[in-house]
Amino acid sequence: MSNATLVSTTVNGDPVQFACPTDESLMTALRNRVGLTGVKEGCGTGDCGACSITLDGDLVCSCLVLGVEAEGREVATVEGLSADGELHPLQQKFIDHAALQCGICTPGFLVAAKALLDRNPNPNETEIRYALAGNLCRCTGYDKIVHAVQAAAKDMRKKKRR
Amino acid sequence: MGHDQKYVDKKYEVVGTRFNRPDGIDKVTGKARYGADASAPGQLVGRVLRSPHAHAQILKINTKKAEKLPGVKSVVTFEDMPDLTGGDQGLADILENCMARGRALYDGHAVAAVAAVDEQTAAKALKLIDVKYKKLPHVTDVDEAMSESAPVIHDRIITRGVEPAPTKPSNISARTQMGYGDVDAGFAEADVIVEKTYKTEQTHQGYIEPHACLASVNPDGTAELWVTTQGHFVFRNVCASLLGFDIAKLKVTSSEIGGGFGGKTHVWAEPVALALSRKANRPVKLVMGRDEVFRATGPTSSTSIDVKMGAKKDGTITAAVAEMRYQGGAFPGNWAMLACMTAFACYDIKNNKSIGWDVIVNRPKVAAYRAPSAPMAAFAVESTIDVLAKEIGVSPIDMRLKNVAREGTVAPYGPTYGPIGIEHTLQAVKDHPHMRAKLKKNQGRGVACGFWFNIGGQTCTDLNIGVDGTVNLTLGTVDVGGSRSSMAMIAAEELGIPYEQVRANIADTTSLGHNDMTEGSRGTFSSGMATVFAARDAISVLKQRAAKMWGVPEEDVVWENGQAVATGTGHGNLPPLTLKEIAAKSGRTGGPIAGHNEVTADGAGMGFASHICDVEVDPETGRSTIVRYTVVQDAGKAINPDYVEGQFQGGATQGIGWALNEEYIYGKDGCLQNPGFLDYRIPVCSDLPFIDTKILEVPNPLHPYGVRGVGETSIVPPLAAVGNAIANATGVRMTHAPMSPPRVLAAIDDRENAG
Repeated sequence: MSNATLVSTTVNGDPVQFACPTDESLMTALRNRVGLTGVKEGCGTGDCGACSITLDGDLVCSCLVLGVEAEGREVATVEGLSADGELHPLQQKFIDHAALQCGICTPGFLVAAKALLDRNPNPNETEIRYALAGNLCRCTGYDKIVHAVQAAAKDMRKKKRR
Repeated sequence: MGHDQKYVDKKYEVVGTRFNRPDGIDKVTGKARYGADASAPGQLVGRVLRSPHAHAQILKINTKKAEKLPGVKSVVTFEDMPDLTGGDQGLADILENCMARGRALYDGHAVAAVAAVDEQTAAKALKLIDVKYKKLPHVTDVDEAMSESAPVIHDRIITRGVEPAPTKPSNISARTQMGYGDVDAGFAEADVIVEKTYKTEQTHQGYIEPHACLASVNPDGTAELWVTTQGHFVFRNVCASLLGFDIAKLKVTSSEIGGGFGGKTHVWAEPVALALSRKANRPVKLVMGRDEVFRATGPTSSTSIDVKMGAKKDGTITAAVAEMRYQGGAFPGNWAMLACMTAFACYDIKNNKSIGWDVIVNRPKVAAYRAPSAPMAAFAVESTIDVLAKEIGVSPIDMRLKNVAREGTVAPYGPTYGPIGIEHTLQAVKDHPHMRAKLKKNQGRGVACGFWFNIGGQTCTDLNIGVDGTVNLTLGTVDVGGSRSSMAMIAAEELGIPYEQVRANIADTTSLGHNDMTEGSRGTFSSGMATVFAARDAISVLKQRAAKMWGVPEEDVVWENGQAVATGTGHGNLPPLTLKEIAAKSGRTGGPIAGHNEVTADGAGMGFASHICDVEVDPETGRSTIVRYTVVQDAGKAINPDYVEGQFQGGATQGIGWALNEEYIYGKDGCLQNPGFLDYRIPVCSDLPFIDTKILEVPNPLHPYGVRGVGETSIVPPLAAVGNAIANATGVRMTHAPMSPPRVLAAIDDRENAG
């Protein structure tokens, strides 16, 4: 590995260090050096959203970010969604609503949907569809995905009120 | 042991309800391992060098510089993959498609490959491989490829199916003809005749997961392959044949599959990864980039189709003829034959004739894509029926109902239909509230029908009962859309136990007998049948063990609701033995309890669907937006309705993408200009409304639960449903798919200029 740079970052709340070449994408670094293969590569050009993560809370395609850009930042992936042994409501509703078939796009959809609900807890159908328009799914026709996000949003609003 | 595959009407406890899939948690937490997610100690990174030319002679490949680069462990060309196919031309074509042998036949054709210690080194090594090409004339258009003046791609191709056989080679690999009756007499009876020519562009399956594998070959001839595939047993056989391995010594494990739709039924880079590993004596992981997926794998045919149909004033279609030209890429295919078989399959037309031409062009080798060849034929036929209905002045639905195929109709490809559901779907469409929804300005509604055969095939299944009474169901058909849940439900139903008591797994090739691909909508039909039989096998063992525990004759034991019940005089008061109780004692009553079944499943039920599409066309831009969409399809029996609906919605969406946007665009140089998801635009979430579904159940008489396949039919009607809707919205009949904004706008402008 030539031109490797040591990167210190936070991934799903944990301190993480990895060394990667300066031209390596954060997606590849997360997959191959941090072992988080829930970050999927569908295109490598920012068109499919399968590698979606948040960087300091912002939704990004990790294939369009360099590994070295993670230095000192907060990275969140699908692996960090569930806490204390419980699935995140989005994860549970995706299963309950059969919102996945092959499942390769699912991690990206979950991260993108969480980013949406974090800023808008009560999105309408159109808002959901546009917020997820950067994530490609070839199996479902998006129908059950939108229903799952609606159900999760409702569930999360209810939990918050309690 | 023989089992009766006949359908028996009964009340189901588990089947037909909705259960969460067993692989759900792994897939929502990122734990599920797909093709690119496995690693092996000491693994190398494999990369493929691809032709930048549409057609070129390869004069020389110099790999010396690449081999000398530190960190490069193997470089392979065709010389490292000698031809062991022994005269099997189909296999030889696969080998040549995996690695060019003297000629690059399309833009993206593999020419060489490297394995190196990391991605950077592998990428550098590819640049150090020096290939000397001599460009040859190319042809990428199906009609041009058929012309006398076209460059002939393979000297060995003499058109099959033409009498007398041509004396000169051409790009036409085969002619097929099907049908019956006298079409000339039929047209003479017609009051109205419509004749039209259609074109459809090439589309890709567009699975989000690129092809990926991890290959490891040992010097003693044993090897392992971890791969994303629709059929690891078939991959094993093909890879072993191409590389000279013993079949039993190559262990293939199917990873979770990130979409296939037919595109993962063919080997592409897997034999190359094995060759790299063999030469390097280290594991090699080879993952394609998206551009490689587009340039070198999977697409379906582009087509050119003439349709002529005639009808009487009462709507009776008296004659129908289709002549269909399908390109199969750089190698011969049978795609036009499938078109002939499906084109008029929804109807009972006394005089029908379909002619298919399979054509070779300088494009990637065509692979199956969900109901392969049927959507294009349906686009042409279902559009023509709408034109015919309009000219006669009957509603398009009534026109279809008037001519609909029923039980007893002879299909254009030969067989006589048993009970089928096309009429039911059309009637359901007619009665559907969607048909009464108000249309706004610039909106139109279209209806179209579709057919797919569905297939059976070789299947092998194991069912093992643990001492605690939980059940391992071991399957060999890759789960592409949730079939593990359906199979577990079938096992639970048959055994009379809760769904949660069954765990369904997909076995590797060393753990189970051969299973054909998950293709042709056969997964739930075939594996479902084998699961029923394996469970019945296990039940007969359970009854033997119960008899032994009770000390009564075996024939006095029946299986009811998950327990053995003693019948007959004398032992009526014995309390029933549950599956768990029998399992707990199995060590003392004869050992493990298991069921097994191997079968060539036969009698797949044909699948029919009718779709309704409402579209809004922007007259300023030609952009079409789907405002309402309904799928009605006969599933035979929906085992897990959630995932049947998912198949309906997913297929409809792929069809909508094909209808409106998706197409391969080749430049004058014969190179693909849009090998990425930015320029090859598949539908996104904001493009679509909710897609309504209605599952009909006309049982397949040749499946114990009445199952038909459901995976493919749903992609057949959308092209025509969208086209018919656009015609009703704009008054313009589109005959070229995709009906993208520029094409629709040009058609609207043409009409206005004309009129």
